[in-house]
Amino acid sequence: MTSLAAVQARAGISLSRRVATAATFLAFGLVNILVFGAHAHHGDATFTFSLIGAKVTVPPLHVPAALGCYVLGAATIAIAAARLTVLDSVAARRVMIGAVLVFFAISLLLWADAGNEIPVNIVVLLQNTLVGSIPLILGAMAGCMGERAGVINIAIEGQLLLGAFAAAVVASALSGLWLGLVTGSLAGGLVGLVLAVFAIRFLVDQIILGVVLNLLISGITGYLYDRLLVPDANTFNSAPTFGALKVPALGDIPIIGPVFFDSTIFLYITYAAVIFVQVGLFSTRWGLRVRAVGEHPTAADTVGIRVLGIRYWNLIIGGLLAGIGGAWMTIGSVGTFNKDMSSGLGYIALAALIFGRWTPLGATAAALLFGFSSALESFLGSINVPISPYLLGMTPYVATIIAVAGLVGRVRAPAADGKPYVRA
Amino acid sequence: MSGPSPDGHPGQATGGSGTASPAASRAAEYGRAVITAIIEGNQAVVTILAIFAALVVGGLIIAFSDTTVLHAWGSFFSAPGAALSATWNSVAAAYSAMFEGAIFSPGTVAAAFHGGSVGAIFYPLSETASKATPLILTGLSVAVAFRAGLFNIGAASQWIGGGIIVAYLGFAVSLPPVIHVVVCVLGGFAGGAVIGWMVGELKARTGAHEVIVTIMLNYVMYNLLSYLLGSPSLLQLPGQANLVSPNIAANAELPHVGGPPPQVGVGFLIALAAAAGVGWLLQRSTVGFEFRSVGANPSASRSAGMSVERTWALAMLIAGGLAGLSAATVIQGTDLSLNFQSYGTYGIDGITVALLGRARPAGVVLAALLFGALRAGGTIMQVDTSVPVDLVSVLQGLIVLFVAAPPLIRAIFRLRGTRAAGVAGAEAVAKGWNG
Repeated sequence: MTSLAAVQARAGISLSRRVATAATFLAFGLVNILVFGAHAHHGDATFTFSLIGAKVTVPPLHVPAALGCYVLGAATIAIAAARLTVLDSVAARRVMIGAVLVFFAISLLLWADAGNEIPVNIVVLLQNTLVGSIPLILGAMAGCMGERAGVINIAIEGQLLLGAFAAAVVASALSGLWLGLVTGSLAGGLVGLVLAVFAIRFLVDQIILGVVLNLLISGITGYLYDRLLVPDANTFNSAPTFGALKVPALGDIPIIGPVFFDSTIFLYITYAAVIFVQVGLFSTRWGLRVRAVGEHPTAADTVGIRVLGIRYWNLIIGGLLAGIGGAWMTIGSVGTFNKDMSSGLGYIALAALIFGRWTPLGATAAALLFGFSSALESFLGSINVPISPYLLGMTPYVATIIAVAGLVGRVRAPAADGKPYVRA
Repeated sequence: MSGPSPDGHPGQATGGSGTASPAASRAAEYGRAVITAIIEGNQAVVTILAIFAALVVGGLIIAFSDTTVLHAWGSFFSAPGAALSATWNSVAAAYSAMFEGAIFSPGTVAAAFHGGSVGAIFYPLSETASKATPLILTGLSVAVAFRAGLFNIGAASQWIGGGIIVAYLGFAVSLPPVIHVVVCVLGGFAGGAVIGWMVGELKARTGAHEVIVTIMLNYVMYNLLSYLLGSPSLLQLPGQANLVSPNIAANAELPHVGGPPPQVGVGFLIALAAAAGVGWLLQRSTVGFEFRSVGANPSASRSAGMSVERTWALAMLIAGGLAGLSAATVIQGTDLSLNFQSYGTYGIDGITVALLGRARPAGVVLAALLFGALRAGGTIMQVDTSVPVDLVSVLQGLIVLFVAAPPLIRAIFRLRGTRAAGVAGAEAVAKGWNG
């Protein structure tokens, strides 16, 4: 009886989910038409696809702005109709969500750039997206490592901040970039270790622990910044930064080359980290064990898996990854450390992890979405769109709320996430 | 949620051997329970020791980031006394400045004897109360949500929601004295409540996780606040390039009790009243029972006929309203205007306050007073001894960390503890994502 009721309830949810998703798609389509299309200036929007001095140049593309928005809006509404009636496989759903978001972004660009002399440089936009996503992706991977093994990691923010601090100070004082990178990574790992010790050994509530570690690290780095880095900035806070590293051959491919294969070492580490976590968790014996520990630690223990050992190692490895993301903020980007410079990125990484339903690829996609919105925001700020930068700044977060409410809905964390394991 | 220890009675000590035992033996048992509570370290003991341990660690940080102290230690083997005294001086100077800023400054008594102001003696305490006021309210906001099984990271967004309404009603409307204050305070509650309710309602209707939604709403509201404060036709002070609102009308200011400058703001009394109200709500009302029930076990509550969804929405509405009240006390009580950073760190601090106070109203008030004292003292410490005020965040973090890990405190101070007590101490105020 109960199982029948449960099945019916689930069917009800999936029906209303289907309607909600279609309605969300419809809303995006209407915005494309009624907001962007109807309010676009006369004239074309121009897209360019090459950097200055590229070996192979791609010709720019001129698109009539209003017409483009109407077409994309109509296509989005068609997708909404398809979602409501015929297509309901997992793959189709993902493609449709992706298409709707891409159409929305292009409509926004068409509207913003209509009649403007400055073209939209797609390569620069995508480069900024990828680079800006580095700390988010690595942070989300850190969260994924911990939470798949059953330990909630809210301390991503602290791992990023301490990684940034340690990398800047070491790279500056010892003028060793690689040393800075390693130290930044180790700093993140240290936070992971502290998290593990308190969560596993002392059974501290993991949400308390994460919030407290963030506060603690913000305090310590802020304190040392005022006491050491400000008085002696030349020694402690003037780190060099990593330069771009072009992959031979691949780096010369038009569009794809400069975006994916011509960046600092951090981007390549990020690729490796995502592959490592994805393949590790879902295609190896170790990953199966990790997921068992995160879902049902008692059962895992019964078959001889070392529950606590796995949790310790996952938190430490995750911390090492997040520490690299933190190091990017200083020695991969600006070179100097500032108080609280992670400015909530760790929390956004956490949101990306939940948004991506605790899967490495899903979390990466969500992180890229956030990276894209901030790249878009800074581009729109640079071409004088007649709209307040603050209202533009709100859009990615509003879009996320709409997406989470309309598209993602109820998510389930690993079953043992957040629960300490004590052998009975 | 309510483990054996939160009320100060270690359950494993009192709930032991049978209910049928004679009264005399029961009294003896109770006496023994009190003693074991101290030896094993009950909540109050653990909290005091945690504060002490945090101050010790903080002292080490102060000493070993001080160049004078480091130089003295450099020549430790030739002059060990100098190293130790330099360390002591550095730490003592910082902490006594903090004490004088937060609680009581002996100089003011001497001054009072020589014709100075008697009121000045109480000035540090009034500063502590004033800094604690918004923390009590955001702490209560997070605590109410916790009790209903929700993690409110968005007290900052609700604070802004309240703050916008308070500031607007404060300067744009003109009303008679008392009524204006009341309208603004209620407006603050309403503004915060709307933002909080959105979170609860979204979770109830679509399952959107409140952690994501509150984090995102924080950023939405930061931007909205800057937008409103940057538009002269909306909230911006006319003729200003800065993102700041006009001052609120004199009628809308929260009065102070006890005259200038040592004073208790009415805001502090509002915060205490809110704490009492939340206490009543959670412990005595049907709604509060539903909050706690849903927080403890949503599926059991659903089976018992409660509407889990309605409870989520209502809990977030009240949580948001409390954060909005926090904005009212700040804007009407101390700042008198709104700027793009007015929300400060009240939201995140509210989380630590709620955690330290174990999501109970009385605990929240005490925790907020402690953090308020650290903030008030930290400001004076930075001015007097140039030790950065960030030390306060370190101390706050360490205190909560130690309080949350009773086994660690027991180990440091060699208290007799049991494994079982450790598990009870770690029992969650917050729960995992699946709630």
